Amino acid sequence: MAYGPGAGVLALRDVDLDVAPGTAVGLVGESGSGKSTLALAALRFLPGDGRVVRGRVELGGVALDGLSSAALRDLWRRRVRLVPQDPLASLNPSLTVGRQVAEGLAGDPAGRDGEGTAGASPRGDRARDAVRALLASVGLADAARVAASYPHQLSGGMQQRVAIAMALGGAPELLVMDEPTTNLDVTTEATVLDLVRDLRERHGTAVLYVSHSLAVVARTCDRVAVLYAGELVEDAPVAELYRRPLHPYTRGLLDSLPRVGQDRRAEPLRPIEGRIPEAHARPPGCVFADRCPVAIERCHAERPALDDAAPGRRVRCHRWPEIAAGTLDPRRPAEPPARAHDALAPDGDAPALSVRSLSKRYPLARGAWAALRRRPARAVRALEDASLEVWRGRTLGLVGESGSGKSTLARCVVGLTVPTAGEVALAGARLAPRLEHRYRARLGELQMVFQNSGEALNPYLTVGESLARPLRRLAGARSGGEIEARVRSLLEAVHLPAAFAARVPGELSGGEQQRVAIARALATEPCVLVFDESVSGLDVSVQAGILDLLTRLQDERHGAYAFISHDLAVVAYLADDIAVMHLGRVVESGPASAVLRPPYHPYTEALLSAVPTLDPDGQAERVRLTGDAPSPVDLPPGCPFHTRCPRSLGELCEREAPPWRRDASGKTVACHIPLEELVTAQVPLFADAGDAGAGPAAEGAAP
Amino acid sequence: MTTSPSPGALATRGPHAFGRALRALFARPGSAIGTSLVAGFLLLAAVGPLIAPYGANEQVFAEARQPPSLARPFGTDHLGRDVFSRVLLGARDIVSVAGLGSLVAVVLGAAAGLLTSYLGGLVEELTFRFFDALLAMPALLLALLLLGMLGPSRANVLIVLTLAYVPIVARVVRSVVLDVKSKDYVAAARMQGEPLPAVLLRDVLPAVLPALAVEAALRFSYAIFLVASLGFLGAGVQPPSPDWGLMIREARTFASLTPWALAAPAVAISVLVVAVNLMAEGLARALQVTRGVR
Repeated sequence: MAYGPGAGVLALRDVDLDVAPGTAVGLVGESGSGKSTLALAALRFLPGDGRVVRGRVELGGVALDGLSSAALRDLWRRRVRLVPQDPLASLNPSLTVGRQVAEGLAGDPAGRDGEGTAGASPRGDRARDAVRALLASVGLADAARVAASYPHQLSGGMQQRVAIAMALGGAPELLVMDEPTTNLDVTTEATVLDLVRDLRERHGTAVLYVSHSLAVVARTCDRVAVLYAGELVEDAPVAELYRRPLHPYTRGLLDSLPRVGQDRRAEPLRPIEGRIPEAHARPPGCVFADRCPVAIERCHAERPALDDAAPGRRVRCHRWPEIAAGTLDPRRPAEPPARAHDALAPDGDAPALSVRSLSKRYPLARGAWAALRRRPARAVRALEDASLEVWRGRTLGLVGESGSGKSTLARCVVGLTVPTAGEVALAGARLAPRLEHRYRARLGELQMVFQNSGEALNPYLTVGESLARPLRRLAGARSGGEIEARVRSLLEAVHLPAAFAARVPGELSGGEQQRVAIARALATEPCVLVFDESVSGLDVSVQAGILDLLTRLQDERHGAYAFISHDLAVVAYLADDIAVMHLGRVVESGPASAVLRPPYHPYTEALLSAVPTLDPDGQAERVRLTGDAPSPVDLPPGCPFHTRCPRSLGELCEREAPPWRRDASGKTVACHIPLEELVTAQVPLFADAGDAGAGPAAEGAAP
Repeated sequence: MTTSPSPGALATRGPHAFGRALRALFARPGSAIGTSLVAGFLLLAAVGPLIAPYGANEQVFAEARQPPSLARPFGTDHLGRDVFSRVLLGARDIVSVAGLGSLVAVVLGAAAGLLTSYLGGLVEELTFRFFDALLAMPALLLALLLLGMLGPSRANVLIVLTLAYVPIVARVVRSVVLDVKSKDYVAAARMQGEPLPAVLLRDVLPAVLPALAVEAALRFSYAIFLVASLGFLGAGVQPPSPDWGLMIREARTFASLTPWALAAPAVAISVLVVAVNLMAEGLARALQVTRGVR
C-alpha cells in the first residue's frame, strides 16, 4: 500500500507510507500534525469538507481512489476497519454490544442475516456464537454477559475491547487505530496494547496505529512514522528510531519525554520551543526550521526531500548526514543545571501541608421506601481515611487510576469540596473545611492549578486582568502601576512575553494558557501549590517545558507541591515523594526513590509495570491486572485490592484490612504480605530508578 | 492539545465587540431586514407624535370610513379617526409597555436565575418549583386571571408581563449558570477570595450574556404579542388609547365597512413581531447561542 494525499488547506503534504501485512506502523506527532487526517485519508473516510488534492491510496496493490460509494462501503465492511479514540461515542447506546458486533461480521452471511433477529433463528445462533468467540478473542472473559450488555454498562477498557472486536469482525486486512488508549487508565492501556500486539501476530493484520505517545508506539509497533505539520519527517524501525533519531524533531520529542529515574535537576527535559505552524502558514523551507535548534540558512530557504538514510529509514532533513555521522548534535543546548537543591529546614517541624484521615462520601439517592424504613443511605466512598504530608521545597506526587480519589483529595484540600471527615492543616494550623469559611488572608498560601487549561481562565478577561485579580484581592497590591509591574514579573516568571497581558485566553495555545494559570496561582506567593493533572492535556513538547518551569520555580521559591497525575513517568520525574492511591485510599507512600524500588505494594507493582517505556526491549516481567476495580459503593471487605491482586493471599486479604508496614527506606505499604517477602518476590521494574529524586534533600527531610 | 480560539468568546469581548456584533447581525439578509425594521419601529415610537398628521382621538365625522388615500394613508375608522396617526401613536404605547415589561422581566429573571442557581440547594429548589408552577399556566391565561383581579391598567399589564416572563428568563439563565459554575475559572476565582458578587458579575454573568441577549429579544416579541392580545380581549390598555390590539377589537365590528382600520394595526403587529424574531435569530447566530423551544 502507498498513499500520497494532500488536502484542503493542505492538512497533509507529500506523505508516502507503506504498511506491510502483519506489521504495525505507528504514526506519531503533536496535535495539529495531521496524523488523524492521514489515518482517515488512508480509509478514504475524510470528513465532508476534506478532499484528496493529489496522491493515491492502494490496498493490496489496488487503488482505492475513484471507488464508488457502494464499493467503498464494501471496502469498509470487509477489508479496512477503524478503531476510534472514544469507544463510548462510537458505540450505539441503544443496541446491545452483541448486536453491534454481529453487524460487523463481514463476509459471514450468518452475521448479516442475524442482524435484527440475533438469537432467534438458527442462523442467529451461529451469529451469536461468532460474536461470543470474537469477544472472547479480545480477552473479554464473560463474553455472553458482555454481548447482552449495553455499551454504558461496560467500563472504558471493555468498551475499547468491544470496539476492537467489532473492527476484527470483518477480518480486515488493515486496521486503523486512532489513539485507542488515550482515554484509558495506564493499567487498562497496558492490557489493550498487549492485545493489539497479540492480534497482529495471530491474524496477520496490518495495523496503522495513531498516537501522540512515543512510548505507547514503542510498545506496539514495528515501525514509526513521525509526522510534523502535515509532513512525514522521519520513518524508521522502532528500535533504531529511539536509539538513533536522525531528525531534530524526533530528537526533540524523545528529549521531551521524562524517563523513570531521570533526575530533574541534573538532567532536565529539553522541550521544543515554539509552536507547530498552522496549515495555512507553513514556512517555505523546512516546516520545522523555525523550531529547530540546528537550522541553517538553507533550511529556511529550501524544502528538504525525504531521503533514504539507510535501508528502511527515511528522513526529511538537510543535515541528517551530519547527525548520522555524529558530527552534529541535534539537541538544544541544555540549560545550565539548576543550582544544587539545598535541603530546607522544615518550618517549625510542621509540614507545609498535612492531610489527616480525610474521607469523602457521596450519599446515593435512596428510594422513599428505604428512607421511610430508615435504611442507612449507601454512599460512594470517593476518599477513605487518606493521610499525606507535603514539605516545603519538595514535591509530593500522587498517582492512581481514575476513580482512585486523587482529584477528590485535591479539591478537599483546597476547600472546593467539603470532606465528610478528617482535616487539612497548613503549616500546622488547621483549615476550615469549606473554602468560604477560610480566612481570606490565608487563602493565598494555598493555590491550585487545574487540569483543563481551556477552562482554567475566565475567557472574558484578558490575561492581565486575570493576573491582577489575586494581586488586588489577596496580595495587597493597590496602585495601577504596582499591579502592572507585578503582572509583568509574573509573566516573566512563567516565560511569557509581557505583551500577553493584553490577550484573551482564546488567543493562546494550551501550553500558554497553562502557563498563565500557573502565573495566576503564583501571584499570591503560595507556600503550597496543588497541581491536578495540570500537564495531562498538553503535547509532550509543551509538557516538558512546563515540568522544567515547575522545577525551576520550586528551586527559586521553595514551594511545597502536591502534583497529581495518572502519568507515572511524569510523577517519577517530578516528585521527591510519591503516594499511590487506590479506590480512595493511600496504599503506599514514601520517598520517590523508595517507592520506585521493590518491595512494591502489589498495586504499585501493577501500575509501574503498565507504564509504557521508550525502550522496546526493556519491558521486563510484566504484571497485568485483570478485571475491573470494584465499585466504590460496594467495597469488598478486607483489602479493597484483593479482587484484582495478583499476589492475593486468599482468605486473609478478603477478610481483614491490611496493616501498614514500614521499611528502612521510610516508605509505608498497606499490605498483608510482609515487605521482606515482597522484596524477594519482585524484580525491580526500572533499572536506574534507585537514584530518582535522591538528591541531598531526599533522605534529609523525609517525614 | 491546543484549544482553538472560541469565536463566541471573542465576539463578546474587546473594544470592537459592539461593532462586531452589529456587523454579524447585518451579515445575513434575514437578520439585517429584521434589525432594520425593529430600528424603524423604535424610531417611529420615538418621533411618532411629531409626525402624526392627526391626534389619536381627533374625530372628523365628515370623513369617517374613508378608504386609504394620499391624505389618509391608512384611511379613517368608523368614528372618523385617522388610522395612520393611530398606528403611529400606538407604536409608542406597545413598544414602551412590551419593552419595559420584558426589560424588567429580563433583569429580575436574570438576577433570580443567577443567584439561586449559583447558590443551589434549597433556595434554588424552592424558587424554581415556584417558577414551574407559574409556567404551568399559559401566559395569556395567567395574564387574564391577574388582570381580572387587579383591574385592567397599563401598570398592571407591566406587572403581568414581569410575572409571566421572569420564570422563563430565569430558566434560560439557570441552564447556562449550571454549566459555568463548575468551570475551573470560577473555582479559581473563589480560591482567590473573590466575594460572591464579584464571582457572579465577572465570572458567571459574562457567559450568560449572549443567551440573555437572545432571550431578551425573544421576550420582547412575545410581550408585543401578549400586550396586543390583552388589548384585543379588552383586558389590557383601555379605550380610547390607540393600542393596536384595542384598535383591532374596535375595528372588528366594522370589518366589512372599514377593513383598512382592521388591517393596519394587524399588519403592524405581525411585521413587528416577525422583525423582532428575525433579529433574535440573527443575534443567536452572531453570539452562537442555541435557541430554546419556547
